[in-house]
Amino acid sequence: MDLGFLTRRGLLFLVFTVLSFLHGSRGEIPPKPTGGVTLVPPVKPDDVPQAYPDGPKSNLPVFTMDYPRIQIPFEITLWVLLASFAKIGFHVYHKITIWVPESCLLISVGLIVGGIMHSVHEEPPAVLSSTVFFLYMLPPIVLDSGYFMPTRPFFENIGTVLWFAVVGTLWNSIGIGMSLFAICQIEAFGVQDLNLQENLLFATIISAVDPVAVLSVFEDVSVNEQLYIVVFGECLFNDAVTVVLYNMFSFVADMPVVEPVDVFLGVARFFVVGLGGMGFGILFGFVAAFTTRFTSKVREIEPLFIFMYSYLAYLVAELFAISSIMAIVTCALTMKYYVEENVSQRSCTTIRHVVKMLGCISETLIFFFLGVVTITTEHEWNWGYILCTLLFAFVWRGLGVLVLTQIINPFRTIPFQMKDQFGMAYGGLRGAISFALAFTLPDSIGRKQLFITATIAIILFTVFLQGISIRPLIEFINVRRTNRNLDTINVEIHCRLMEHTISGIEDLCGQWSHFYWKDKFMKFNNRILRRILIRDSRAESSIVALYKKLELQNAMEILDTYETSTSAKPKRKFMAGDLKNMHDILSKNMYKIRQRTVAFTGKHALPNDAQTKEILIRRHASIRRSLRPGSFQTSAVPKSQKYFSLPAGQSLDSKLFPPERLSYADDQETMSEVAYPSKRSRFGQPARSSSRAMMPLQRLDTLTEVSSVDVLNEGRGERGRPGRGRTNSSSSGSRVPAPRRHITPSADDDNGSADDFTNVRQEAAAEEEERQQEEQPSSRPPAWAAEPRDNVATRNPLLKRPQWNPKKM
Amino acid sequence: MGALQSLHGRPEYLDLAEKTGFSFEQIRVLHERFKQLSHNEETLRRSHFNEIPDLACNPIRAQIIEAFFDRRNYHQNGEGTVEEIGFEEFLVVMSHFRPPSLHMTEEQRENVRREKLRFVFNMHDTDNDGTITLEEYRHVVEELLSRSGALEKETAKSIADAAMLEVASISMGHMEPDEFYEGITFEHFLKLLDGFEIESRMNIRFLNMDTSTLCK
Repeated sequence: MDLGFLTRRGLLFLVFTVLSFLHGSRGEIPPKPTGGVTLVPPVKPDDVPQAYPDGPKSNLPVFTMDYPRIQIPFEITLWVLLASFAKIGFHVYHKITIWVPESCLLISVGLIVGGIMHSVHEEPPAVLSSTVFFLYMLPPIVLDSGYFMPTRPFFENIGTVLWFAVVGTLWNSIGIGMSLFAICQIEAFGVQDLNLQENLLFATIISAVDPVAVLSVFEDVSVNEQLYIVVFGECLFNDAVTVVLYNMFSFVADMPVVEPVDVFLGVARFFVVGLGGMGFGILFGFVAAFTTRFTSKVREIEPLFIFMYSYLAYLVAELFAISSIMAIVTCALTMKYYVEENVSQRSCTTIRHVVKMLGCISETLIFFFLGVVTITTEHEWNWGYILCTLLFAFVWRGLGVLVLTQIINPFRTIPFQMKDQFGMAYGGLRGAISFALAFTLPDSIGRKQLFITATIAIILFTVFLQGISIRPLIEFINVRRTNRNLDTINVEIHCRLMEHTISGIEDLCGQWSHFYWKDKFMKFNNRILRRILIRDSRAESSIVALYKKLELQNAMEILDTYETSTSAKPKRKFMAGDLKNMHDILSKNMYKIRQRTVAFTGKHALPNDAQTKEILIRRHASIRRSLRPGSFQTSAVPKSQKYFSLPAGQSLDSKLFPPERLSYADDQETMSEVAYPSKRSRFGQPARSSSRAMMPLQRLDTLTEVSSVDVLNEGRGERGRPGRGRTNSSSSGSRVPAPRRHITPSADDDNGSADDFTNVRQEAAAEEEERQQEEQPSSRPPAWAAEPRDNVATRNPLLKRPQWNPKKM
Repeated sequence: MGALQSLHGRPEYLDLAEKTGFSFEQIRVLHERFKQLSHNEETLRRSHFNEIPDLACNPIRAQIIEAFFDRRNYHQNGEGTVEEIGFEEFLVVMSHFRPPSLHMTEEQRENVRREKLRFVFNMHDTDNDGTITLEEYRHVVEELLSRSGALEKETAKSIADAAMLEVASISMGHMEPDEFYEGITFEHFLKLLDGFEIESRMNIRFLNMDTSTLCK
């Protein structure tokens, strides 16, 4: 936070400099940044952009300042910056954030800032009004949670999530409210003037759990998926429930008498509000998805649609006074899947970053502001009431989890154990939403100050005490954990396989579960929704998606290898030109593989897919090892890498299925028709398992051919391909123009780019083959290459691409 | 038709309950279903399975059905397939999907895991030689993707190949060039899906309620 402060000073200076510069440019005087500011007497900001106050006998002012004109945005900017600097500061010393949740640190910084402001008698900005909070600060937070909701575990546990979110919140609100009302009857506390409605309102405010800190802890210790998603979903949906209840109770709190019929109306309204919000969300989600179908030509504003539609959903829901949180969450959930397939890779990244950024800033500000307000506002401290609030909040939460779990457990395939329940109950931190709701209470509530104080007390208590202690506790009681880094194709395959098996067995038993509904939905989705909403509506299994992802990463890695080799040998000019194109094309193609939702996301961090690389890195390591100097498997690397490629819509048959004999390898038709030997693969020589493909198939070839002299050079021995080139570069350059569609604008088009991608591969393959042809005699496999001409195919049956042979000529 | 009555009426349920771990009520429900599927015959044949409309759109229908006729899934050392199954076999196969009890020791958990993985492994290993070969694996992936419409068989093949590559690199580490990966053995299979919590996921909550009237 010191850092934050120092930087703030520096920044203030900087901002002033820039400001004066702006003034200077508007006037004609060169900027004169002065530390001491000469404040122009406050001029009411009018609509005229002219900054000069027109005094009676005005000379041309040399230097003017119009602070009030910029005051509000200026202060907001500074606040945001200050909070952001605080965040940077936390991560300077990494270990702090492991043991102390970020929200604690933010509140601490807020407390310090508040202390300073208090000591200089500065009023905190009155930024946080009800309107500002509900219209500007809440939507980013919820959008963030909704957009990054791990879809699959969520839908697998949707019943439990909703159960805890809706019933749990009701339980807490009513329980705490009633208990507090009972407390209020005790004269000694001196709060007899609080009636039931007000108590319920207050209880609603503090029953909104916001376990950001808990979630990041859960994520770090990788607790089991069920616990994680229930806590995640609960905090998301109980915001919605809380806000609905809050609106309802703050309406009721004004009513002098509550009739029984009002209760029923309240219940009815509750459902209207919740389901209505959901309906609007789905509607806008589909509209957004449908819109992005047509944005391929306006990539620049693509991300905007996402934000505008979500915000529109929020606002419209707000307009009809139905649950706007529900609307924006369902909107995000609905459109995410389709949008991410429609938009380009860059737009997708932009969307994710901006969503994350806005949510993060909004929350940071609220926490920060909470710290400031804690110091600077007048408090009404009532020991009895506040301590009871703490106690009840804790007890009812615990009881609620216990009871509700008992009810839901028989309906769950994997019941919650005691440890999970403890994690859930103890993870009930109160956070930003509670504070904001309390702070924006209408002034008509008599004891508003007391409520704010109590809310701040409970937030500080839970965030600091529970937030800091939950990590050691979770680790101590050893909650069941899940291994989450399972991004291998095999796991994906078996995950699918298992789901299909389960749904099949369930069909056999004649019962349904969510797998059944998932099946039904997927069918509906593939038949109708995708056709309408997605430009390139080829249904893709998640296995394929993951496969492509791995493969593209692999391709990128190959390119990186190129890059390093290019920099090492600048004379090879072929790469430099094409490399960029290939990078472009690859990145454009990336968006096809993003359907996999990230299993877990933190509120404060963007999902990364570093783990995905592991398997490939391991592969590469083994390849590199096999490329030690001395063994010249120069072709092995590119080939086994190439092997991973999956040209869209291309027939892979012939290259994946090696013929028995390879003497006719030149003829693609014959090749592809050759039946795969039905024998066990280990018996047939060429019909080998794919695992063989990654192994260098021949080693220590004698290099006899003069033309392939460059094979001998050092770099070639070590790196797969660097030795290629020189001779090829020109010829390949002249050969490719026809297939190089990727330079044309059509690269943006989905199909087009898919083909482009293929073309790049073809190109690469063609070059590859050419090179191999060149050095062929040297790398002839001793055992089974009858035909020297086409040992491309021979050496590595899984890799050969006969369909590209014509280009070889 | 309470549970008690059917229990008295059917003493053989006791054995089945002991053997499979199902409750009487669950057995009764499953028996109803069995009779419904077999048209009140004593045994089920493949043709009966093929008639189930819900199953028709399942991409791995063939494997699932085959699993019911596979002796390996009845007891440890079974081998070969049968032509028709009785209720007991039906129940035994179903019992592979019984959710494990709430409190398990690590050892039990590992056993459940092995047992469930063995079931999946047997589904893959069609020729019952203890390894999943590339063809077998390809077949699995093809079937899995067979409902995805636009996907071609070749894609499935290349994915299976890639998956196989992955298996080889996970289970064998670095291989010499002339080495050859034979196929996935069960040990490798265990290692491969290490961390994939099949014991907590491949479960079905068998109902105590008879739903057979609801779905045809």
